[in-house]
Amino acid sequence: MSVIQVENIRKRFGSLEVLKGVSMSVEAGEVVALIGRSGSGKSTLLRCLNGLEMIDEGAIAIAGHRMSYNAAELRALRRDVGIVFQGYNLFPHLTAGENIMLAPVQVKRLSKSEARIEAQRCLDLVGLGDRFDSYPDMLSGGQQQRVAIARSLAMQPVVMLFDEVTSALDPELTEEVLAAIEDLAAQGMTMILVTHEMRFARRVADRTIYMRDGIIHEQGPSDSLFAEPQTSELRSFLKAELGQ
Amino acid sequence: MEYNFQFGVLANYLPEFFGGLGLTLFLSFAGIFGGLGLGIACAIISVRGPLFPRAVVRIYVEIMRNTPMLVQIFVIFFGLPSLGVRLSPFTSVLVAIVLNNGGYIAEIVRAGIESIHPSQIEAAESLGLTRGQTMRFVILPPALERVMTPIISQSVLLMLATSLVSAVGVEDLTGVAMIASSETFRTMEIYLVIAVIYICLNFIFRILLNAVGLIVFKRSRQRFLGRV
Repeated sequence: MSVIQVENIRKRFGSLEVLKGVSMSVEAGEVVALIGRSGSGKSTLLRCLNGLEMIDEGAIAIAGHRMSYNAAELRALRRDVGIVFQGYNLFPHLTAGENIMLAPVQVKRLSKSEARIEAQRCLDLVGLGDRFDSYPDMLSGGQQQRVAIARSLAMQPVVMLFDEVTSALDPELTEEVLAAIEDLAAQGMTMILVTHEMRFARRVADRTIYMRDGIIHEQGPSDSLFAEPQTSELRSFLKAELGQ
Repeated sequence: MEYNFQFGVLANYLPEFFGGLGLTLFLSFAGIFGGLGLGIACAIISVRGPLFPRAVVRIYVEIMRNTPMLVQIFVIFFGLPSLGVRLSPFTSVLVAIVLNNGGYIAEIVRAGIESIHPSQIEAAESLGLTRGQTMRFVILPPALERVMTPIISQSVLLMLATSLVSAVGVEDLTGVAMIASSETFRTMEIYLVIAVIYICLNFIFRILLNAVGLIVFKRSRQRFLGRV
């Protein structure tokens, strides 16, 4: 059963067409990596999937919702689709725990005490059970990003989207965030990862999609895609990224 | 130039001075908190509201910030009766003070709201929060915390500006001083004392309002306690 179904979507920013007819489908429990150069449209595609960008043509169905830009329908969709950003985007005036509790209390109408238990559980999942009362600026970048992952998890999403979540982190901190994502993959979460971490994509993603100039240029099971890229563009991209 | 300072006569006016002080305090607090509420509402409308209310708010804010408060008081007290709206001097100045402060606070809070990065709003809306919840829980708290200092400065300035209400015969601290000086001719003594009282009020207001800020904003409080 496909959890994400994208049909021939197009997205323009002014006269610039960023997505030029992209179709894909993602099965439940599948982990898909989106790779490609900056400007290839991979982040835009990801942002279209939870309605942060409005598509101009095509159709998206995700987590049992059809993409709609009606405010209430979009909110319902977003409850089931978690997204984690490159810049963490934690709320600076709230502690780690309060960041996580906000949406379950306001959106799902959980009681404070229920939400607190859930927030603690999610912090434990990302290995930050002891940082409930820390403010974001007291945490390292890697810890902030793991709190952001926990914040999304607390809504118990059907799908998780990751938008270059380690691009702002140094290698050591990158590892701890990737480990948290790998745990989620092991638990069967359906995920799409926009990433520049080629080795991680190969290890964790079931399938990798290489985007170029707003279209899917090549895709396949991660192992074979990385081992035997079919197109010369992907070969040269991988060569540059892996520094070989 | 010889002048004998005689502060003794002021003692006769002690009850009036206390009455005036009470009125100054009342007008100040009403202006500060009424203006704060009005200003926050206007700030929200001016960044997120539909076109028409937004235009109304813009015009209101520009009028308040570009005309002297004394003129605003005169328009409400002397001008409105021509339109059939007759307000007592006290009500007139109360309305003028709240409206005036609301205009200034609206601009300060608007700047605070606009300083919040759009990625915060994206994060909130991605979690399924409504626009209202996003404003209430994600945008406003850090926005207000950021502009707490200019809000306090504006509030203290407003407290000093309440002295203008004496122009329409309201007996606040300055109003009482005008009466006392015209009856005793100890002008210098009276206004010196009044000036000292305003200075004291200034410090008290600053401390009080900062304390309110520290009570309301947990993050500021923790930073403050961390420094102490």
